[in-house]
This record gives sequence, structure tokens and C-alpha cells, in this order.
Amino acid sequence: MSGKIPFLNMSPGRLAATLLLLFLCLIWTIPTAGLFISSLRDKDQLIISGWWTALITTERNERGRTGPSDAQFEREGEFVIAGSFIPEGSSKSILSFGDQQNDLGAYQPGETLVRGDGKRFTLWEDGSYEYVSAIPFDLQRGQRFFFVATIPPTFSLANYREVLTSEKIGQSFVNTFTVAIPATIIPILIAAFAAYAFSWMKFPGRQLIFVFVVGLLVVPLQMTLIPLLRMYNTLGSVLGIEAKSYIGIWLAHTGFGLPLAIYLLRNYMTSLPRDLIESAKIDGASHFQIFSKLLLPLSIPALASFAIFQFLWVWNDLLVALVFLGKRDDQIVLTSKLRELLGSRGENWEILTSSAFISIIVPLVVFFALQRYFVRGLLAGSVKGG
Amino acid sequence: MLQQILNAALVVGAGIGVSIFYYVGSNVLLDRLAADSVRADGTHIARDRIRTAIRPWLFVSPALIILVIYLVYPVFETARLSLFDRSGSQFIGLSNYLWALRDPDFQQSILNNLMWLVIVPSMCTALGLLVAVLADRLKWGPIAKSLIFLPMAISFVGASVIWKFVYDFRAGDSPQIGILNAVVVALGGEPQTWMAIPFWNNFFLMAILVWIQTGFAMVIFSAALRGVPEETVEAARIDGASEIQIFFRIMIPQIMTTIVVVWTTITIIVLKIFDIVLAMTNGQWDTEILANLMFDWMFRGGGDFGRGSTIALVIMVAVVPIMIWNIKRFKAEEDL
Repeated sequence: MSGKIPFLNMSPGRLAATLLLLFLCLIWTIPTAGLFISSLRDKDQLIISGWWTALITTERNERGRTGPSDAQFEREGEFVIAGSFIPEGSSKSILSFGDQQNDLGAYQPGETLVRGDGKRFTLWEDGSYEYVSAIPFDLQRGQRFFFVATIPPTFSLANYREVLTSEKIGQSFVNTFTVAIPATIIPILIAAFAAYAFSWMKFPGRQLIFVFVVGLLVVPLQMTLIPLLRMYNTLGSVLGIEAKSYIGIWLAHTGFGLPLAIYLLRNYMTSLPRDLIESAKIDGASHFQIFSKLLLPLSIPALASFAIFQFLWVWNDLLVALVFLGKRDDQIVLTSKLRELLGSRGENWEILTSSAFISIIVPLVVFFALQRYFVRGLLAGSVKGG
Repeated sequence: MLQQILNAALVVGAGIGVSIFYYVGSNVLLDRLAADSVRADGTHIARDRIRTAIRPWLFVSPALIILVIYLVYPVFETARLSLFDRSGSQFIGLSNYLWALRDPDFQQSILNNLMWLVIVPSMCTALGLLVAVLADRLKWGPIAKSLIFLPMAISFVGASVIWKFVYDFRAGDSPQIGILNAVVVALGGEPQTWMAIPFWNNFFLMAILVWIQTGFAMVIFSAALRGVPEETVEAARIDGASEIQIFFRIMIPQIMTTIVVVWTTITIIVLKIFDIVLAMTNGQWDTEILANLMFDWMFRGGGDFGRGSTIALVIMVAVVPIMIWNIKRFKAEEDL
């Protein structure tokens, strides 16, 4: 075909499409990639170089101080101070050095620098040095030298270890599960029973009540917070219990999730064949049996979609957690903790990046493992609109 | 750690157990209390009518009770509280509303919310459509779609941390570790504290939501575009229409309803957007928005419930018409 670019075997339009999509994909993935790579980097490197340099060896200007004159010893009539500028176990090495701050590249490792007063300074690649003088040293604090260190890329889980223990992210992780699991299962259970009643049982006002329940979908979360907060506070002080509790937040999430759950499940259950339910009735099955043995298993696709949507919604929620849960170690959830860290450890990127990654790992796993249900649940949940 | 997990499991188990116990227990109880019985004279009394009359209520009442407590009552209570003072005890008429109209923060929020409302849904729709169209034509399209959809799984706070790192600023000559400033410096510009540039900082915040929501738009458009009949596209092609003409003249009109759906859904999310602003700026540097202002008043100085409720009501008034339209549309689609 004419109009193709020979080498790529592609029409110009197709090439443009490919490049444009590639560009968009890059923009969409770079921020997350940056977070992930940074969380694995050494915390000292993290603040002095961009994460995109993490894969290559970086160079850094540093300074070192020799030992003081107390540390000198005599050797073949000369006086020597020896030691190392690089702590043991570090993977750094010396690229070049000098005795002036503005002339770091003057000497290569292994070369000897002769100072104006005849003292000789040698620095090797591994950071060890020897400072030699014909007369005894008289140095109170040691002599300063300047060098360029190369730092090879290192990745470790050290940041994760730190946040899981000293920042108590591990506890928050457990707390988040403690909120999210019941806040997903309880509304499903309650909604499933209600949806069954709305679709297969006869009672006065059935249609009207259902329309009313669906109507509650329009209520934005913000509308409910102040009265509920007041109610919880009053209940707490009257009954002498804590106003902020797991039961409180489960019920709140249940309330906010119910209209959507009932709506979706009722629509699904109504679409199941009538004959199935009728014949079960004729066989003498009670409503409870029909529900638990027949309808519930049949509704699993709808239940799964809602469950994924609700679980992720609760997992990622910040607002409800801020209002209904405390900030103590045994209650604070990941989103809330992350927000606190943004305030208190705003410059400690090693803590922020690893904590953030821990908080998004569960949604990411759900996303990759159950992509199809995830998308379906999301589309269904779009009615709730966040 | 193990202790924590065990505790959590116990609490979770108890919570779920109680709920299951209610349904099983109440049903058994009903069957016992209203069981059929045989009198001494041998007549059989069937009580199944009582049971059929009561059982539906056993099924729906937990849902109804929770809905009334957590949704119905709060709506009326919030409306009532908006007419009261900060503690909710003194009736002050419309003072809170008059305060809102004159409050600079509130005015700022309305202005910013309007900007968000115009920009975020349109950007998400445009980008989502673009990706959907491009990805459906390329072999590696599904991978691209997964990558763009991925941020949907990330919480707003998590996304805020990710982007705060992108926007990071280092003073002086130290190397920039935020990629945006690094690019700016590489291109010869001056590094900026992006979050503290009034007016423009709103757009940097919006970028985060666009980054999250474009995947949603893309998935829906992708499905809708597949529903466009091939004959219409083929016919246009035979008539000599270019790809771009086909897109704008043939495809767009056919998926117009879907575009409106995506637009309104994202509009609702924008109206309630809260986490991003709270985590990134907390409304500083003229980035305040309604939901954050409401949250702020809920707790500021012990909490001003009157003003908080007033702002909540403003959000509700903005959201309800769009929601009603959205539910109607969803229902119409389900009925097809």
C-alpha cells in the first residue's frame, strides 16, 4: 500500500496514533512508577536525586575529616593518621578528591596529594586514607578533604520495614480490614434479604417503599455527617460508651451503601425466572429456604460486583473514617494515617512513598485479579457517583 | 501483630455473626410463635396467614431501620440545623445562608467548584474518548487501557501522595526530586512551588482527579464504541470520509447519550470532591472547595454545625437534579 512509512511498515496516521497513545500511557504510569521506585530507594538518596536516576550510579560531592592528632602513630620516622571516609558496609566508592572545595576532581583515587606544608594525603577508592607528615601532627579536629563519591543504585525493603514497625502502618492495615470486611458483608446481607422481599414476597406498600429506597440514592454523604456525628456523640455520652467505634462506622457504611445494594440486587433477583421460585414453593420450601438455598447462590454475579465496589469504596474512603473513627493507633485506617503523615512527615518521602504504596496494594491486587468484576462493579456503582 | 489480627478477626466475626443470627433467629422464632397447632378437640389451626403477613417485614425491616436512621433522618436534621446557630440550639433563621453569601471562603469555593465542574468532566470525557478510540485500533490497546484504568483503584489520598511527589519543590540549587520541576529545569525554566500559585494551583489539583477518572470514561466509551454499527462506519468510508470525519460525524452522534452519562457521573464526583483538596492544600492558596469547607466548619473551633449544615445543603441542592436524571437514565437502560 502506498503512503506507508517503509521501515515501520505503518501508515503515518497509525504511527501518530501509536505515539499519542504511548505518550498518554507514559503520563498515566509515571507518577505511580515514581512512587513505587522511590519507596524502594535508600532514604538519603531519595532526597538528593530524582527517582529516575535510581537505576544509574549517582555521584555526590562530599567531605571528610581525618582523625585528630591524637590518632597519629609513628611509622618509619614519619607520623601517620589513617582511617576511612566511607563507613563500613556502604557501597559508596571514591571517584576523585582534592583539598579545596571547588577542586574535587584534582586527584584520582590512589594518587597522593602533597600539601603546601609537605604533608602527603592519599585516598583510595574504598575510602581509606593515609595522611603522612614528617613532623608530628598538631590537629585539634582533623584535616578536611573533599571528594566525589559514586553511589551505586541500591534497592531495599528498609523503608517498608520502618513504616510497618515504627510508623505503625501495619496496625493501620489491619484496622482498614477491620472496617472494610464487615462494611462490605453486612450491607450485602441486609440488602439481599430486603431485595428478596421486594422482588418475591407480597406485602402492602412494597412498590412504594422500594421507590423510596431508590430515591435515597440522591442523598450526598455530606448531608448526613453532622446529624450522625451529633447522634453518635449524644449516644456516647448518654450510654457512657465511646462515640467512635468500629460498629459505628460499619453501620454508617451500611447505611450509605444500602440503597445501591438493594437497587442492584432487587433488579437482578426480579430478572430470575419466576417458574424456579414457584416450583420451589410447590415443593414446600419456605421463603427462608428459597432465599438461602436458591436465590442467594444464583445472585452471586450481582453480589460479587457490588461487593468489589463496596469493598474498594470503603477501603479508599477518607471522609467517613475521619468523622466516625478516632485517630488512635487501634482505630486509624490507612487513608486517615496517610493524611496525617502528609502533615507530620511531609518531607520524609521514604515514609510517605512506602506508606502510600502499602495503602494502594490491596486495591491493585483486587484490580488485577478481578478486573472484569471490578469494571462491572464500578459501572454499577457509577449510579452512586462516589 | 498477631494479637491485632486476632482481635480484628474476632470483632469482624462478631459483627457479621450478629447480623446472620438476626435473620436466622427471627425466622425460626416466627415459625415457633406462629406455628400451626392442633386444639384439644382435634381442629387444626393454620397460622400461615400470620406468618406470610409478618415474614416480609422481618426481611426488610433491618434495611428500612438503618436507612431511616442513616439517611432519612439526617437529611431533615441537616436542613433544620442550617437554620440554627453553631451548637444547634438557637434558631437564627436564614443567618447562616446570609453569612455564606458574604463569606469570602464560600465565594471562593463556589468559584473553584464551578471551575472544577467545567474542566474535570470535559477533560475526562475528551481523554477517555481519545484513549478508547486509539486503543481499539492498536494491538497493544488492552494493555494501554489497563494502565490508564489503573488509577481508578487508587484512593484519592493515595493519589494525592503520588502527585505531591510529582509536584515536589526543592529550594536553591539542590536537584529537583519532583518530576515536574525536574522537567521544567531541564527545559531551562525556574522550579515552582506548584501548590502555592493561586488560581493555577487549582488546575494542578484537577489534574489528579482527571488522572483518576479518565479510566472510567474510557471503559464506558470503549463499550459504547463497540456498539456503533459497522455498516454506518463502512458506508461513510465508501463515501470517502476521512477517519477524523467518521469519528466526529458518525461515531460521536451515535454515542452521544453515553457521553452525557459519563459527563454527569463525573460531575457528581466533582461536586463532592474532598479528599484531594484536604490532603494537598487543605484549601490554602485559594483552592478551597465546598466539601472541604463543609468538613472544615464541622470541626473548626469545636464545630459550627449550623454553617456546616448550610454548606451541606448547598452541595445537596447541586447534586440532586443530576442524580435524579442519572437514576432515571440508568433505570431506562435496565428496562431495555
